[in-house]
Amino acid sequence: MRLIRLPHETDVAGWRDAARAALLVGEPPEALYWVVGDGAAGDLFEGDEAARTPIVAPKVPRAFITLTETVILHRDPGRFALLYRLLWGLQAQPQLLEDASHPDVHEAEQRAKAIRRDIHKMHAFVRFREVEEPEGAIFIAWFEPDNFIVEAAAPFFMRRFTGMRWSILTPDRCAFWDGNSLRFGEGVSRDQAPTEDRLEALWRIYYANIFNPARLKVAAMTREMPRRYWKNLPEAELIGPLIEAAGERAQAMVAAAPTAPSAHAAAEARRRPVAPIVDADPPQTLAEAKAQAVGCRRCPLWEPATQTVFGEGPASARLMMVGEQPGDREDLAGAPFVGPAGKMLDRALAEAGVPRTEVYLTNAVKHFKFEPRGKFRLHKTPDTGEIAACRFWLETELAFVKPQLTVALGASAAQALLGRKVTIGRERGRVTALPNGEALWVTVHPSYLLRLPDEEAKAREYARFVEDLRGAWAWRATK
Amino acid sequence: METVLEKLAILADAAKYDASCASSGAEKRNSMASKAIGSTEGMGICHAYAPDGRCISLLKILLTNYCQFDCHYCVNRVSSNVRRARFSVKEVVDLTLGFYQRNYIEGLFLSSGIIRSPDYTMEQLVRVAESLRREHKFAGYIHLKTIPDADPLLLARAGAVADRLSINVELPREESLARLAPQKNPERIRRAMGGIRLKIEEAKEARKESRHAPRFSTGQSTQMIIGADSTDDLAILGSAANLYGNYKLSRVYYSAFSPIPDASAVLPLMRPPLMREHRLYQADWLMRFYGFAVEEIATGAVGGMLDLGVDPKLAWALQHRECFPVDVNRAAREVLLRVPGFGTKSVKQMLSSRRWRSLRLEDVSRLCRGIKTAMPFIVTADWQPGAAIDRLDLREKVAPQGELFA
Ligand code: SF4
Repeated sequence: MRLIRLPHETDVAGWRDAARAALLVGEPPEALYWVVGDGAAGDLFEGDEAARTPIVAPKVPRAFITLTETVILHRDPGRFALLYRLLWGLQAQPQLLEDASHPDVHEAEQRAKAIRRDIHKMHAFVRFREVEEPEGAIFIAWFEPDNFIVEAAAPFFMRRFTGMRWSILTPDRCAFWDGNSLRFGEGVSRDQAPTEDRLEALWRIYYANIFNPARLKVAAMTREMPRRYWKNLPEAELIGPLIEAAGERAQAMVAAAPTAPSAHAAAEARRRPVAPIVDADPPQTLAEAKAQAVGCRRCPLWEPATQTVFGEGPASARLMMVGEQPGDREDLAGAPFVGPAGKMLDRALAEAGVPRTEVYLTNAVKHFKFEPRGKFRLHKTPDTGEIAACRFWLETELAFVKPQLTVALGASAAQALLGRKVTIGRERGRVTALPNGEALWVTVHPSYLLRLPDEEAKAREYARFVEDLRGAWAWRATK
Repeated sequence: METVLEKLAILADAAKYDASCASSGAEKRNSMASKAIGSTEGMGICHAYAPDGRCISLLKILLTNYCQFDCHYCVNRVSSNVRRARFSVKEVVDLTLGFYQRNYIEGLFLSSGIIRSPDYTMEQLVRVAESLRREHKFAGYIHLKTIPDADPLLLARAGAVADRLSINVELPREESLARLAPQKNPERIRRAMGGIRLKIEEAKEARKESRHAPRFSTGQSTQMIIGADSTDDLAILGSAANLYGNYKLSRVYYSAFSPIPDASAVLPLMRPPLMREHRLYQADWLMRFYGFAVEEIATGAVGGMLDLGVDPKLAWALQHRECFPVDVNRAAREVLLRVPGFGTKSVKQMLSSRRWRSLRLEDVSRLCRGIKTAMPFIVTADWQPGAAIDRLDLREKVAPQGELFA
């Protein structure tokens, strides 16, 4: 067996050089013994010289380099040998690291995980104490990490506390930041660190009061904040007393009889009456109708949706356009035609010379009907019952706006207005009559244009849609 | 006048019933250029844990616990006789910076009782965040509780400086809200959440076009109180699924209704078991990361309630024994994710590992923690559960003994 001495605990470069040299002469893992500094070598026995096959061009994947840099920070003396075993194995099986259940791969991953956790805990549990110095305040912390992680953990503090001067002292290494550069030094003893800070009393008060004694879960706490860290956490001295008193405090809360509301409460209650339930008298204006529709429960569509999306536009509009129902965006924004189909409509209206501000825009159904599919909400066509239930609102809008011409965008809208199923192709582009004799103009819904797969059809259908809108606007002008 | 210490005691106590603690998901930033303090690096950090097992990552306080509203489940309701206090904007700013400099916290989670008017209250909250960001160039995490009735302009200001906004839906059913929180308006809550989702998405789009586009909070979350009304677990999960889908929430928090000092007489005397809250989180996890639909989770529930004795995945598997055993060396990812005891990480490792070897039981046990639970449900190169899957006492056999949950 051959002894390899590395000068210090986290000497990645030294390990790499030694390992590479050993590979080049084909020394198998069991032929090497790794120690750090002047660490004892133990018994080096003379094994049978195994046949050596030199490895001429050692190869390592990128992932192994990262793994080495992490694992080497572990305090386990066996880590150098473990890494060499992996390196050795990688020469025969370049994909070895993907075999997560291989004992060595697994062990290295466990070690790396422990390091990441240790670094994370250092980021979490370092507690700075402020010390006044002639050149200004400096923040000093004492911490005892499990592994050799000070260098790896320090840049985080630099990025976070850039504007402070700080030092983190540990038994292994120390880190210093002066506002401009990060330096490291030898470990020190605990008595070098300050023992108190002016905000610790506040921090303890916070800790004690954010704790809910009715939900004691000590195991969950210690799993994430193991006891070995407690001695350096100023808040930890409260843990014992808080746990002890918790049972009694929780019981006292349950046992206490409800008290009468305070005078202050009574005064508030008089000042701020509970909002009245929307009254059911027939609306007198369009605005009143809109307000009432907010609480509509005529069909079940209200429940999963965000809000009622009522029509928008001047009550004096001479043109009214009716779509099918609000979509995902309209449901969130609370206004009709603001999503992709709305954008398409805007474009077409502009091209047809129809000012959107002079049109009353609404939908046959006022709530978004959808089916949840993973993270998305898929549009679903409203059924006859829902269209019929919501016709109440559409008729209310028609009655207040009294448009000279109503444009049905798509089949659902046409169905809602005519009370029967409609084939768009047969009735579009000309004036027909609503059941009450008023004028109706039928065309497609802009979302139909969005769904067309090929560009040519899209352009053709878009032009037709613009033509329809232009026709409707022109017809209205003749009245 | 109370001292800051006294106020902190009152206003931390008043804030602790909000379960939300996350400080993850903010855009990455640090103070190297500004030479100030603060950073967010994706994963939030829990700087301490309280004996209730909850992570302390943010300074979670109320600006004031005076409130005009009378929500029965809330310790701050107007009719409660608790002591009241109010912080000034500056006091909160100083506390946040002081705690942050000492590495006690990741940032601030600020909420408030409603005083004077929703707009006034919201403006106070926004001013704290604006002072931190603008005057002190603070780059730590800021979570603001949003008041649904406040002016959208205030919401926009809040989003410009906060990393997360949240609005609590409070109760899973509208009827319950009407009964227990009569001044809260569910429609307005939903509208505000819809508005926030739109703003988040618009800002994201705009930032793709230009890095200088104004920023907006990167996420929103909400909380539901469990056990203050009679809503069952499946209805709660249904509400949660709807909220995730509608508003793309980062998280829904479930908070088992907890006894509070000076409770209202309208509330149930019994508090729900904490295990119920735990099971809901597990089910929520199954929906978000394991491809389970509420209807599937429902098959493992009894009378609308999740099984308190076993976790919801195991409960589901016990009802679908025909789907098992699955071959660890062959089954697809989605199938493996349904094996009780397997987590997303272990499944990923198995998939990677099995390309190089035929997995044996020992290999699998190295990769997952719950091998005992998993055994009757899997086949490996050297393991067949045989008839184990059909045993009537399977539940007793695989249910973890002495749940690791206090
Ligand atoms: S879709 Fe129409 S009828 Fe149905 S609840 Fe909504 S507004 Fe009322």
